[in-house]
Amino acid sequence: MSTFVLLTVTGLGLGAMYFLIASGLSLIYGLMGVLNFAHGAFLTVGAYASWWMSEHAFADVSSVLVRFLLGALCGLAAGALFAALVELVLIRPLYQRHIEQVLVTVGLSIAFVALVEGIWGPDARAYAVPSWLRETTSIGGASIPNDRFVEIGTAVGVLLLLQVFLRRTRYGLIIRAGVENRAMVTALGIDVRKAFTLVFALGGIAAAVAGVLGGVYFTTIDPSQGTSLLIFAFIVVVIGGLGSIGGSAAAAVLVALVQQYVNYYASAGIGDLSVVLLLGLVLLARPRGLAGAFAT
Amino acid sequence: MRRRLVADFAFPALVFVGLAFVPRIDTNVPKLFDGAISEPGTLQLLATCLVFGGIALTYDLLFGYTGLLSFGHALYVAVGMYVANIALTIWHWSFAEALAFTALVGLVLPLVLGVVSLRVSGIAFAMVTLAFAQAASILVHKNPRHWTHGEEGLGTDYHKLPDAFVSIVNTKNLYWLTLAYAAAVFFIVRWSVESSPGRVWQAIRENELRVEVLGLRPRAYKLMAFVLSSFLATAGGVVYLLLRGSSSPEVTSAGFTLALLLMVVIGGAGSRWGALLGGVLYKYLENRLGAIGSSSTVQDLPDVLRTPLSQPLFMLGTIFILIVFFLPGGLAGIAVRGRPRGLRRLEDAIRTEPSAGGLERAEEGV
Repeated sequence: MSTFVLLTVTGLGLGAMYFLIASGLSLIYGLMGVLNFAHGAFLTVGAYASWWMSEHAFADVSSVLVRFLLGALCGLAAGALFAALVELVLIRPLYQRHIEQVLVTVGLSIAFVALVEGIWGPDARAYAVPSWLRETTSIGGASIPNDRFVEIGTAVGVLLLLQVFLRRTRYGLIIRAGVENRAMVTALGIDVRKAFTLVFALGGIAAAVAGVLGGVYFTTIDPSQGTSLLIFAFIVVVIGGLGSIGGSAAAAVLVALVQQYVNYYASAGIGDLSVVLLLGLVLLARPRGLAGAFAT
Repeated sequence: MRRRLVADFAFPALVFVGLAFVPRIDTNVPKLFDGAISEPGTLQLLATCLVFGGIALTYDLLFGYTGLLSFGHALYVAVGMYVANIALTIWHWSFAEALAFTALVGLVLPLVLGVVSLRVSGIAFAMVTLAFAQAASILVHKNPRHWTHGEEGLGTDYHKLPDAFVSIVNTKNLYWLTLAYAAAVFFIVRWSVESSPGRVWQAIRENELRVEVLGLRPRAYKLMAFVLSSFLATAGGVVYLLLRGSSSPEVTSAGFTLALLLMVVIGGAGSRWGALLGGVLYKYLENRLGAIGSSSTVQDLPDVLRTPLSQPLFMLGTIFILIVFFLPGGLAGIAVRGRPRGLRRLEDAIRTEPSAGGLERAEEGV
């Protein structure tokens, strides 16, 4: 029983990261039709910016917690800035040319990982967090590392914020309308391109949060973390249905839990395999994903 | 007609025959290669370039000619590398038996997976192929029954290989083997894309709906292209296995397929010379940029310049982005200025469809 609880909470922690990456991917695809391979780079920006700032710029701050939070804040800002820049400089000139946009993000993801490796080396870097995150809490007989709660809580918070933003604000309305029918929004005289940059920045923030949480979860950061998480995030997005935040959240939990349970109860590696097969099955049975439509 | 035959067959044949004499060249080309061209090290590099040129060409058949964006082409190269090697080294089969078995797997697997994954199209197809390739990658890393040796890769039992392909003295034979492979793929691709199914492939790339309206079944034709391209990639995997003398798990990675995509786009999608050249150039640059990066000239530069320059993949990724922006036809586009080709046509084909697709999406409520 205690193992089961531990697996579940750990799975939810991992699912939290999948969701944070997948939500941005899903919004970007839903609105712009761009499959963003550079999303892993956004995560890396967030992780490295927060690490670098807390190691160098805030080295004088004595409290580890304050240093961590300041670093995380800078990480989020860097993620948003980088993502918005990518949209403005690389994606916008190729407006409506979907294949070329995908190609550019592929090139960016490869070049960026190599650049980070060049600057900080390919090895993992230790990520400093407040010590109570490393302690455990006992729930149902299982000792759960405290950081899992932070991950789950943050992801739920981001999910709620995103939902409020999308449902209660004017920009959220434009984004939702754009996902539904971009041509109509443009025809109504709304500059939908501003929404593109906004969606990229939002996706960048969410990915940067995932980067910071990745540092907390794995206790280290390395240049290839983004890419390896990205593949599972793709699976989550496709299973959840592109363009749907709720679908992404549900699929993230599903994928992470299946992965954790099977990896433990069957054999390591089989969990990853079953997730991949799950994707195949969902696509073939319901090509449009679990929640709604899947455009070609 | 005769001019085309000369351009499509006689000229390439001349080039490939010319390349066959490369191992006889004893001269040193200082900046381009480390040693004399006839030295094993240089020949090994050239041979690697040629294998990748061939494999890139098989990907071009799928992406550039048929318009199928697959993220799982690595799987079929890995089949060639791993199935052949496992049959030889683990099961102790003879070389001929191993080849026959690999060829069988190389035909049946893409046939089965092709039937399944071609049920969907567009980005969904890319994702399904990615999923299958990722499954293979996980399997190889998991090392079932100690067959694949996981992360470290599986060395080949060289007693089982033909003598001509063993030992460093015979690198020139391996060079000729890879040259033969690249040439074979080149001519098979030329023959197939000009055959009547090949014309349908290109029509599918231009406008799949129109092909369907004409009473043809696009899926059957797409499957044909998928199986042919995958089978040729498997053959490439076997050649690469002989060249390396081991199977390495990196060929199963998603990054490997992305590299193939880079090669094809850099060279020019939908162009035989382009894809071949793209593959050769990519592999060469990946190798040489590393050497240049660790040379003293670059090491003495200030950090801001040195760090990016010493990362070959950074340079290649940047070159790739620049080509997508400023040279949409790839390197082949320079040679055939004014003739709309490859990516551009693919792009147009896709651009005309989304308007219809967009409406559909809108109706269904994305």
